[in-house]
Amino acid sequence: MLPESSLVLGLSFEVKTETGSTATAQQGHELLLFEALREGLEEEMERDPTVCVIGEDVGHYGGSYKVTKGMAEKFGDLRLLDTPIAENSFTGMAIGAAMTGLRPIVEGMNMGFLLLAFNQIANNCGMLHYTSGGQFTIPIVIRGPGGVGKQLGAEHSQRLESYFQSVPGLQMVACSTPYNAKGLMKAAIRSENPVILFEHVLLYNLKERIPDEEYVLCLEEAELVRPGQDITILTYSRMRHHVLQAVKTLVSKGYDPEVIDIRSLKPFDLFAIGNSVKKTHKVLIVEECMRTGGIGASLRAAIMENFFDELDAPIGCLSSQDVPTPYAGPLEDLTVVQPPQIVFAVEQLCKH
Amino acid sequence: MAMATAAVASVRLATTNALPRATQRSRDNEACSALNSAFFKNSIPSSSRSSRKNLKTLNDGSRKGICVRVKASTSDMVKEKALPADGQLISRHEGLDLYEDMILGRAFEDMCAQMYYRGKMFGFVHLYNGQEAVSTGFIKGLKKADYVCSTYRDHVHALSKGVPARQVMSELFGKATGCCRGQGGSMHMFSKEHNVLGGFAFIGEGIPVATGAAFTTKYRREVLKDDSADEVTIAFFGDGTCNNGQFFECLNMAALWKLPIVFVVENNLWAIGMSHYRATSVPEIWKKGPAFGMPGIHVDGMDVLKVREVAKEAIARARRGDGPTLVECETYRFRGHSLADPDELRKPAEKAHYAARDPIAALKNYLLENRLATEKELSAIEETINELIEDAVEFAEASPLPPHSQLLENVFADPKGFGIGPDGRYRCEGPGFTAGTAQV
Repeated sequence: MLPESSLVLGLSFEVKTETGSTATAQQGHELLLFEALREGLEEEMERDPTVCVIGEDVGHYGGSYKVTKGMAEKFGDLRLLDTPIAENSFTGMAIGAAMTGLRPIVEGMNMGFLLLAFNQIANNCGMLHYTSGGQFTIPIVIRGPGGVGKQLGAEHSQRLESYFQSVPGLQMVACSTPYNAKGLMKAAIRSENPVILFEHVLLYNLKERIPDEEYVLCLEEAELVRPGQDITILTYSRMRHHVLQAVKTLVSKGYDPEVIDIRSLKPFDLFAIGNSVKKTHKVLIVEECMRTGGIGASLRAAIMENFFDELDAPIGCLSSQDVPTPYAGPLEDLTVVQPPQIVFAVEQLCKH
Repeated sequence: MAMATAAVASVRLATTNALPRATQRSRDNEACSALNSAFFKNSIPSSSRSSRKNLKTLNDGSRKGICVRVKASTSDMVKEKALPADGQLISRHEGLDLYEDMILGRAFEDMCAQMYYRGKMFGFVHLYNGQEAVSTGFIKGLKKADYVCSTYRDHVHALSKGVPARQVMSELFGKATGCCRGQGGSMHMFSKEHNVLGGFAFIGEGIPVATGAAFTTKYRREVLKDDSADEVTIAFFGDGTCNNGQFFECLNMAALWKLPIVFVVENNLWAIGMSHYRATSVPEIWKKGPAFGMPGIHVDGMDVLKVREVAKEAIARARRGDGPTLVECETYRFRGHSLADPDELRKPAEKAHYAARDPIAALKNYLLENRLATEKELSAIEETINELIEDAVEFAEASPLPPHSQLLENVFADPKGFGIGPDGRYRCEGPGFTAGTAQV
């Protein structure tokens, strides 16, 4: 359990969002995604003294991905609580604290470690508001890096969004750019619901210019990344960037794809998605989740149920292989969706 | 009366919070072997001293050779406490208060059994008969603002904490007037007003939640600079839970951060059909406290006065900021694990032994023998409680079932969490949502 954040090179190109960040070259400030998360976190902690962070190495170490670097010196050891290695119990502790008036943010050093907290997340986090008849709220944020990294091995390369999506009472969002990372972090902290914020190990060093003014994004909304006419590509997290790479190739081949970063993994923004489907009549989902029971599987079902008559083609879904992520580089690359596969899938679907 | 002197002589209480040093361990080992050769003393009401002879022949299911005379393992953390000058452990008023609370717990649970067999409540119902001394002894020492966190055997904890019997009975009947609007049921009793944090179906689940409530108190004091924040949290759980990871993880964190919490083990020797001795390598649960840096106390949980003495000290210790305490209460459930449990594994001799130590009978004898109350007064209390329970049942019967519109209301504190529908509106704003017919 020792992710070496310095070894994870990540994607180091700049984020070019066509929509999303409204900062121009003159205004705003440039930063990396992990700094954007920290900015959002600091702003909320300054704004509300009941906001605190609980997790392993979040305090003195500054977070294994530096999201909380320097914050313990500023806010103190109790607000950046370094916990022993006991995920189930400290997540439960955060839930108890949330029930009694605090607003904790639980950091899973790697999202995969939160499998140990499944008992508390499913049974208490998701359910307590309901089983108490609405008496207790749990305004907790559970966040951490997940997804397939660079040869981190199977256990450090997990996608927990597929496991948690069925838990009633939870909201799930995934960030993919510094702009939406900060906005979603702030929104999640302010929400009265328990929210799981999925970050990605390889995206922490993404650079982008974000506004100086304060902004909070909507937890339930999707983000239109690139408007288009030919096909709707739905994606989230790291795959957004693979999609955008594929889009360059597609555009040069004469296609005009619409790209939507769904951001809200649970619930789905069916308005944004529906509007797009009604325009293009073809859908391709590109995700990093496993094929079986992943976000794509649920999204496919939701689109079929709500927009069947709008579809001219079966809904395509590119997911990761149902394989424990291998360590060897070429094998690992094979488990994850790559841009050429996206190009090919779009070409196939557009034949309909 | 054996109970009064026993209550003091056999209770040694923690007065310091010194962490055990390495040298303590050899002394602890001696203490352990001394304990293993001892046997029950003093706390058994005189009427059943004869049953002591049978103890050595009781099989695995009974407490073999574990001394009921309380002894924590770190000897410099506990001291004998002197009897008060007037020789009375309790005032008349306090005694009647305790009696009434225990009668309430017993009568309520007996009524639950009746109602269950009459088809008024369903599912898994776990009754507390026999363990009343623990709930009353501890919870009556708390303020309203203090927190209680329990397990599925939670009806009496809720009642002792002040949740009205009507609300608990309604909840068991699944009615909209229940403390959780009928959505929780027997195993999920919650009350924001009375600071009852649940009610959990899986064992061990509530201990971290209790630890979190204690953390909030510490946070409010030290970060929010609220000097009035001195709430104590009590976590109740059983012997089976003490082999669960969450128990140990929370003992560690509570001691590490000196959280204002009391961990109360209701050791009734059985986890459904699993004897504590068949499940646990070191059955003395109180010993596990000092291993994590907190006092470990063992008390006779069938004796409400003893429990109360221990509770007072443990709660005071937490409230003044000295940290957590682990209290193991030797107790017994007179009924099966739940109303569905045929209770065939426990030996009749064991049941008889503990039935003779009924905490309510013991307190009654104490009050009468020490002239703190008369038979008539105690009967009057029982009568009042019976009326209260009858009223609770009538109220629950007459209450409405939850309407369909209630189905989706409490899934999210902020119902925007159901998301945006195809028409652009938040689903919670649609008509199907408020009628409970929306598919979300």
